[in-house]
Amino acid sequence: MLLIRCPWCGDRDEVEFSYGGQAGVSYPDDPEALTDAQWAEYVFVRDNPRGPYAERWVHTNGCRRWFDTVRHTVTHEFLGEGS
Amino acid sequence: MRLPEGGRIDRSAPLTFTVDGVTRTGYRGDTVASALLADGVVQVGASAYRHRPRGIVDAGVAEPNALLQVGPEPMRPATTVELTDGLVARTLSGRGRLLEPNDERYDHKHVHCDVLVVGAGPAGLAAALEAGRTGARVILADEQTEPGGSALSTPDRWPWLAEVLAGLSGFAETRVLSRASVFGYYDHNYLTIAQRHAGPIGAGGRLWHVRAGRVVLATGAHERPLVFAGNDRPGVMLASAVRTYLNRYAVRLGTRAVVCTTNDSAYATALDLLASGVDVLVADARQDCALAGAVRAAGGDVRFGTVVVGTEGEAAVTAALLGAPVGGGPVELFHCDLVAVSGGWNPAVHLHSQAGGTLRHDEAISAFVPDRSRQANASAGSANGELDPNLPLWTIPSPGGWDDHFVDLQRDATVADVLRATDAGLRSAEHVKRFTTIGTAHDQGKTAGVTTLGVIAEALGAGPPGPTTYRPPYTPVPFAMLAGRDRGALHDPARVTSIHDWHVARGAEFENVGQWKRPWYYPRPGEDMTTAVLRECAAARTGVGMQDASTLGKIEIVGLDAAEFLNRMYTNAFKKLAVGAARYGLMCKADGMVFDDGVVLRLAEDRFLATTTTGNAAAVLDWFEEWLQTEWPDLRVRLTSVTEQWATIAVVGPKSRAVVEKLAPVDLSFMTFTDTTLANGIPARIARISFSGELAFEINVATWHGLAVWEAVHGTGEEFGITPYGTETMHVLRAEKGYPIVGQDTDGTVTPIDLGMEWIVSKRKAFVGSRSLRRPDTARPDRKQLVGLLPVDPSDLLPEGAQLVTADSSLEPPVPMLGHVTSSYHSAALGRTFALALVRSGRDRLGQVLHAPLAGKTIAATVVEPVFYDPEGTRRDG
Repeated sequence: MLLIRCPWCGDRDEVEFSYGGQAGVSYPDDPEALTDAQWAEYVFVRDNPRGPYAERWVHTNGCRRWFDTVRHTVTHEFLGEGS
Repeated sequence: MRLPEGGRIDRSAPLTFTVDGVTRTGYRGDTVASALLADGVVQVGASAYRHRPRGIVDAGVAEPNALLQVGPEPMRPATTVELTDGLVARTLSGRGRLLEPNDERYDHKHVHCDVLVVGAGPAGLAAALEAGRTGARVILADEQTEPGGSALSTPDRWPWLAEVLAGLSGFAETRVLSRASVFGYYDHNYLTIAQRHAGPIGAGGRLWHVRAGRVVLATGAHERPLVFAGNDRPGVMLASAVRTYLNRYAVRLGTRAVVCTTNDSAYATALDLLASGVDVLVADARQDCALAGAVRAAGGDVRFGTVVVGTEGEAAVTAALLGAPVGGGPVELFHCDLVAVSGGWNPAVHLHSQAGGTLRHDEAISAFVPDRSRQANASAGSANGELDPNLPLWTIPSPGGWDDHFVDLQRDATVADVLRATDAGLRSAEHVKRFTTIGTAHDQGKTAGVTTLGVIAEALGAGPPGPTTYRPPYTPVPFAMLAGRDRGALHDPARVTSIHDWHVARGAEFENVGQWKRPWYYPRPGEDMTTAVLRECAAARTGVGMQDASTLGKIEIVGLDAAEFLNRMYTNAFKKLAVGAARYGLMCKADGMVFDDGVVLRLAEDRFLATTTTGNAAAVLDWFEEWLQTEWPDLRVRLTSVTEQWATIAVVGPKSRAVVEKLAPVDLSFMTFTDTTLANGIPARIARISFSGELAFEINVATWHGLAVWEAVHGTGEEFGITPYGTETMHVLRAEKGYPIVGQDTDGTVTPIDLGMEWIVSKRKAFVGSRSLRRPDTARPDRKQLVGLLPVDPSDLLPEGAQLVTADSSLEPPVPMLGHVTSSYHSAALGRTFALALVRSGRDRLGQVLHAPLAGKTIAATVVEPVFYDPEGTRRDG
């Protein structure tokens, strides 16, 4: 049970949150301008590092706000706020 | 036998208990094991696989043999079951079963503390005392019935123990938990404690969830047995257990004992046995020990360079064979009725390891000790390796081979089994564990694990391999405790509409849709489901029906950019939707797959009300919020769930207008709505929306008016024969029209195009998922497409989920599947059965006959357009 720091509510149990995957993957400005491969990269492909990982969480059962953070994928240590 | 005095038992409180049908007496403070031993019973259930006689070995959680069935719970070690009056138990041979539901009451409790100390032995008590003094919030948790740990077996320390406990009780913020096993150590210092309440079997307990600032692991150590021939014979026990029974429970085991050891700790057992009048021979594998003089002075004998190499006896040990640790040489028969062994100690590193900490091998004690912690924890005392030096002695050879040298008593696994594994080429402990099943029994290898590593090392002529991974739980926990109160009706909240009681009174059968209880159909006396649904469908198609549609998800979307937002989320256009109008909308995820659908009403220029499918309401709200917060924070839009605020009553059928007009004089064209007041004075929003193809209305009122308005509609409709119907009829009616249900006819791999709904996909704007519809894969012509199926025999009902193949397909695997049936019903309007299906290149197969091979029969069905009823849409206006 991770202890996750919501920027607005403070430290809360993992069960209050939902996971949002890799942070910083923004919706393309003009999807129609992308090649099929570029679009597929956006839709399907995410990093899967062993180590620090910038990722998104949402405090679903709390303030319902999204935020970014950095988590070490081996130790689950949170390494501070993301971008 | 029970000694006339001593021990920590309460002799003023005799308790009767029954094991295997024999009623005996013990005392408060006993375990079932100590009470059995006091009555002279050493032998318990035979071993699981080889049916060898077995006896009680330990006095704690490491006990491999003495497993009990107590109440509904199987596999509780007799050494950990507190004796209570009237207790009834049965010994097991290695495995048990849950015989009846465990209805004990278990609660969950969530707490925070500054320091959690695990284990109330001398080290844990000292740690708790230090932490408690600072005013920190401290929890000291211990699995036994009273704190003290090893000190409970050492009468000299009882005054100190009483003093420490008195000190702890003076700290307002320190809590001492007994009967409380810390069994799991998870991320970020989250630990779980299984606590049993004091009292008879069935008293229940409490599962503690603790988030701790720091953790002190004072979990002690487990004594290792020695591996010699016949080391499983009843009467061969761990030396520390013998001492515990003697000092804590006042139970003297045997009259003539061999104490066989590789370290100093067993000398305490030898001395206490001598003091209680037992003849003692110490067989010490080492060459010297400073404590030998004390044993000899007390009348005992000590032999160095000597160990037990075998035992004799039937149901219990009658003699030990003494010889050299390395085997060979002369062997001496020594008559005895107790063999107390100590092969060293394993620090209980389970929780340290669960927490992600690493271990290192400590040569001095020939065991694994905590190395680095990954979380905020520290180990203390013997759990940290503070133990007597030990001579490693993993196996003791004998002329008869290795087949009766037991490593894991509960798994009946011997040195011979380990050698078979290493001879087969296995090297890692994990592999040997799987090959031999050592360490996989109820005790999870507490006595066997490290010994096995030593045996592997000897067999391979290498250093000890790394230990296997420790995972929760440290000791078994009943599933009923993990479930707590989350079982039966409390497992998941049931949501009901404001009209629910009416449905119940009318005998409705209910269907679970998400957490909602929805009326499924309303059987009349003598009707089965098919008959009832056919009647309900006929009423809606030829007269008038009504349905409680309150469970539909409802979201208000408010703000200057609300129309722009909806335009981006739905596949069709919303900007030009007029105030007072409604529009059906479809939503995709970014991959272009259908996510949800529903009708959107425009309440005002900047205000919309979107409905969602019943089961998806929360997911759609989350989806909307995600886009607003993370991608389009510039959009001025706010979202509010209003699912619970509105009751919705669908009035459906050619006579629906007549019913609605009596309630409120509205004149609505298709897909419009108006806010009005009903004849009974209740404000209502009435919309003309149809999910059946018939003339239909939806009356929305505040939830608290739901039942009153439902009754008003029903009363008003009586002269028209209004018929309440449930979700099954709704499904049939919509399927006759070919309307898909998201989640039934789609499964997350279906695009709007696959559904044949190109008409709703805007080509003039971008929406979430629009780009994906141009991907080569989503544009493939051989995708699975929604089609209709008409069984060739109109009475054949295709089972939903049935796989479809071509008529000439071989049924030898692998069978090329074309798709599957998603919806299938009897139709009153069609007078036959029909179905919807997702079929590869389905639209190219119109007219083809496909087969659904089922167990025992095959149903043939013709592929048709998915609109079965009124394809021209003439019935929409009544």
